[in-house]
Amino acid sequence: MALSVRKFDAIVVGAGGSGMRAALELARANLKVAVLSKVFPTRSHTVAAQGGIAAPLANSTEDNWHWHMYDTVKGSDYLGDQDAIEYMCRRAIEVVVELEHMGMPFDRLESGKIYQRPFGGHTQDYGSPKMAMRSCAAADRTGHAMLHTLYQQNVRANTQFFVEWMALDLIRDPQDGAVIGVTALEMETGEVSILQAKATVFATGGSGRIFAASTNAFINTGDGLGMAARAGIPLEDMEFFQFHPTGIQGAGILITEGVRGEGGYLLNKNGERFMERYAPNAKDLASRDVVSRAMTTEIKEGRGCGPDADHLLLKLDHLGPEVINHRLPGIREIAIRFANADPVREPIPVVPTAHYQMGGIPTKYTGQVVVPEGATSESILPSFYAVGECACVSVHGANRLGTNSLLDLVVFGKAAGEQVIKDIRSLPSPQRNLPKDAGEASRARLARLDAASSGERVADVGNDLRRTMQAHCGIFRFPEDLARGIEKVKEIAARAQRLFIQDKSKVFNTARVEALELDNLVETAMATIVSAEARKESRGAQSRADFPERDDKNWMRHTLWYKEANRLAYKPVHLKPMTVEAFQPKARTY
Amino acid sequence: MDRLQREKLKWKCRRGLLELDIVLERYLARHPDDHALNPLLDLPDNDLWDIVAGRSENYQPHLKDVVARLRAV
Repeated sequence: MALSVRKFDAIVVGAGGSGMRAALELARANLKVAVLSKVFPTRSHTVAAQGGIAAPLANSTEDNWHWHMYDTVKGSDYLGDQDAIEYMCRRAIEVVVELEHMGMPFDRLESGKIYQRPFGGHTQDYGSPKMAMRSCAAADRTGHAMLHTLYQQNVRANTQFFVEWMALDLIRDPQDGAVIGVTALEMETGEVSILQAKATVFATGGSGRIFAASTNAFINTGDGLGMAARAGIPLEDMEFFQFHPTGIQGAGILITEGVRGEGGYLLNKNGERFMERYAPNAKDLASRDVVSRAMTTEIKEGRGCGPDADHLLLKLDHLGPEVINHRLPGIREIAIRFANADPVREPIPVVPTAHYQMGGIPTKYTGQVVVPEGATSESILPSFYAVGECACVSVHGANRLGTNSLLDLVVFGKAAGEQVIKDIRSLPSPQRNLPKDAGEASRARLARLDAASSGERVADVGNDLRRTMQAHCGIFRFPEDLARGIEKVKEIAARAQRLFIQDKSKVFNTARVEALELDNLVETAMATIVSAEARKESRGAQSRADFPERDDKNWMRHTLWYKEANRLAYKPVHLKPMTVEAFQPKARTY
Repeated sequence: MDRLQREKLKWKCRRGLLELDIVLERYLARHPDDHALNPLLDLPDNDLWDIVAGRSENYQPHLKDVVARLRAV
């Protein structure tokens, strides 16, 4: 039986900040837009963003886009594409003012202008010691405010939402590879259908759930990355994953750096304050990567705590209940709830925790997906766009600056929307013909799942994958661990081909959805560890024990990983900005 | 509560905030059929988290018991 087909001008997969910003642009242009989301739009992971959105409004300190651009290039450890970074920084003011006009409740100065605060890595005058006040925030719920504002605007613009729909696979035109839509599972009915469009925009977010210790919500399973990989599209710079040193062991909830700022410190199993050995001056206040590497070294050398020697302890009881309750509000509550430890009396078990994925589907600043073809390394793949954390533009390069991710969402969400409108209006014919086998791959995946009478449990395979990635491809990477890790992930990928779910119902079957998500996690994990093993240098978030230095001569280039045979290719970094002089690579010190 | 309602409830517990994912997963393990949870799940993530963490009492009075159960997991 043929799958049912619905036709649109544009499909946006994912309803976080970038997807909703793209959809808004399209709906306002009176295009017929469908937004697919696994969960209700305002429950997307964008709600978790607290810090703010960067824009050089100069409301509190002198500032300009060129300083912001310098900070972003340097922060990226020179792997960011300087044209895309210039583009983002130059459009920052415009997109933030637009959000304000849409009704986003930014904090304000007495003058009525948007209040701005300083944030790590954002400076005045090209890295001077003076901090730029560049982050615009809505209390500590900037992402939440942005998401709700964009959702309301989309409702007003008649965007059509398909809620509790999970996109499964891309459909490509066999003639030229153009993307002509997706297959998707409607959870309510359990039916798979084809959503066809003149433009398909991926805004599916990150894949933090590939790690055992992750700050990401359960929905962040790298769905867009898995779909792209299965369709033969490469993934860029997947080895670069930002970690935070102190997430609660086993839960992933962050314990803010403020705890160490107030005098909290880390202990190993011998009760030793080990940071004194790694950073005699800064100790526990050394930069995130230094602390995370030290923690990994302690665990690796057998000085971790607990029965599995797999975490460290963050001690703060010496600060006394007064300081803990008043200066660190919320921390005590979080530690009791998620670590079962009252920090007034006992230390909190912590471990370096995955937070943000810098890599993704390769795009240019217009959101258009670009892939190598013949002699060119960046040929536009027709009718396919990606924005937000699932895309690699690349503005974050090897390391993202705080508050630049919300900016990335709205700048490139809008830019992709504008490009889609332009592209659709120049199309010669309305819709392409679907290939005869459209949807077959998705149907086969589901049929295998439905037919299996025994096999591997989804939760077991998922847990093994997360544990393997954490142990073999975490914040500090060792050659033998990476090599063994690749073999293990391959074994896990083979097990993921034999999943078994007890519940065979079609209607609203969450076990089925979780099995389909696992396919995407496996692709993403493989891309990450294979890319990490191959990159023989340390840069930004990639920190290798055997190659501790950045190597611009050999590795100033982007990785491209292909699912087929785990093939790797590389392409040059865009060192030339759009209109200004390039920032030359320097050592990244703060 | 039938299978369908249970599955829908489970999926509504997939949230944007990891804190809620974890608390709600634990809650469902203890109270898989607790219908009373539904109205709370319609709240925005940050508002619900404030209630769970005890920083907010901004919910309808008839939800007092389910809030108490939620805070206890």
